[in-house]
Amino acid sequence: MSVAMREAFGKKLVELGATCPELVVLDADVSSSTKSGLFGNAYPDRFFNIGVAEANMVDIAAGMATAGLRPVVNAFSIFLALKATDQIRNTLCYNNLPVVIAGAYGGLSDSFDGASHQSICDIAIMRAMPNMQVIVPSDARQAELALEYALKQDGPVFIRLNRNPMPDLPASDEIGTVVCSEGSDVTIAANGITASFANEAAALLAKEGIKAEVLSVPMVKPLDVESIKKSVAKTGKLLCVEEHALMGGFSSAVSEAFMKQGICCIFDAIGIEDRFTESGPYEPLLAKYGISAENIANRAKALCK
Amino acid sequence: MNTGVTQLLSDPERKFNAKELAALAAYFRVVMFDTLHDRGTGHWGGAASSAELTTSLYFNRMNIKTDESKWEDRDRLILSKGHASMNLYTILANRGFFPTEELATFRKLDSRLQGHPCMKKLPGVDMSTGALGHGISIGLGMAMAAKVTNRSFWTYVLVGEGCLNEGQSWEAIMSAAKFKPKNFVLMVDYNKVQLDGTEEEIMPLGSLSDKLKSFGWNVCPHAYDGNNTEDVLSSYDWMDQDDVWPKAVIYDTIKGKGISFTEGKSSWHGAVIDDDSYAKGIVELKKDLQNKEAVL
Repeated sequence: MSVAMREAFGKKLVELGATCPELVVLDADVSSSTKSGLFGNAYPDRFFNIGVAEANMVDIAAGMATAGLRPVVNAFSIFLALKATDQIRNTLCYNNLPVVIAGAYGGLSDSFDGASHQSICDIAIMRAMPNMQVIVPSDARQAELALEYALKQDGPVFIRLNRNPMPDLPASDEIGTVVCSEGSDVTIAANGITASFANEAAALLAKEGIKAEVLSVPMVKPLDVESIKKSVAKTGKLLCVEEHALMGGFSSAVSEAFMKQGICCIFDAIGIEDRFTESGPYEPLLAKYGISAENIANRAKALCK
Repeated sequence: MNTGVTQLLSDPERKFNAKELAALAAYFRVVMFDTLHDRGTGHWGGAASSAELTTSLYFNRMNIKTDESKWEDRDRLILSKGHASMNLYTILANRGFFPTEELATFRKLDSRLQGHPCMKKLPGVDMSTGALGHGISIGLGMAMAAKVTNRSFWTYVLVGEGCLNEGQSWEAIMSAAKFKPKNFVLMVDYNKVQLDGTEEEIMPLGSLSDKLKSFGWNVCPHAYDGNNTEDVLSSYDWMDQDDVWPKAVIYDTIKGKGISFTEGKSSWHGAVIDDDSYAKGIVELKKDLQNKEAVL
């Protein structure tokens, strides 16, 4: 198991704070959960706890960005996406301000807190906003790379983070698609932490003689269509997997791009159906809503029939 | 259009006195009413309400460079009541940020003069606004950034009642009292009329001064007359008298100020200025301008 993304992200903020005096970090009274408090301990003059007021926090960050600072705002992803939507769209995105939105506890990862805290429509909301880039890292290393990338951009970037330690994937030097395993029968394009389940699924499929190619695809916007296209050219079959509602998220983005480019393939998508989720231990919860190695393997196998 | 106060505009560095500011605001009302009538769209009521407030800031108070609109040490104004865009545009154009002829493109396709101000399109606009309630948070962020970067620029946020209806404003008011950034001023254009009716009918603010004080702000001891430039300049004296932050100034103003039949009328918040109303209204505005130029 790797360290949790939030742990890695918090430490990376501290590291980058040493060489980037413009870096300021804001949190909405969850800094011990998001781990942005690590930055606060290291640089108290550049850390601002705004209280439970996500909308206010995002606009404060926007004002700071106009005056030359590089703010990173931290809160639970669902509350950034829902309580600060107006501020993210009308202030950050409209003005293309370089603010990093670090959405903690993405997907179902705040598993015990239940549906009110589980963030399964954040990607759909964020990707609908012009100028916004959307990154869903799949492990701790990708979370660090996403932050380094985001701080080099001229506009807003949403990074959706996961609460819990998840297995490490093959390492890469920059944020982008990682080919976790090569295969010629079916492509599994996995977004965020679903990549580790997709890797397990590939192992299950291999036992049955099915060679799955697993892609970990963190960049939802701009979407890395080329990597997926290249794999599908080989396999002719695509299974998208995401820890998000099936409407408007990663699978939707892939479908839109494929339809527009006239790419035909046998297709399926695993994500949260049109329903609310619930409390429970993380992995059994994911499994109940379709995100498990077994389900991914079964659905991939069905595409190969 | 006239030969009085506009002659003074040829000096881009000029710091206007109270009488000159009054004449200038009267002139800007004429330009705003003309332009809004010509374009058949836009918000007269709130633009007329804040004319003296914005004129005094840009022609007496703010430290700005019109040839360097992104100068990092400039003072900032956030027009949180972004529907008063025609007021801001008229001032920025006449201050020299862009040609006054461009005012005629207001709300046209491809214009830099959007319905509500856009900082990415038009020089001099410090923040895009329109959706109400954002300004105080954004201004607070600017003022906090000044502290982090050791700069001393001022940040002014101009709000109306509509902004103060929004919950975000009170989040921002609460948090400003925590961070207490220097040179951060909330200016309330308190005309007591909203879009749908009076403040009392729509959402009474009660004692605004007491509310702000209880949130920990340094609030002006009495409301100033925001349509009287002498009084507006007095409010600057109050702003400069101590180092207790954040500061809030409440200005009593009149929505639709300058034309008898638009004053205090919610129906003139965003109504199209028809030809009859224009013909009657412009006479009143020009008379006011003449009176104010006569005493220069």
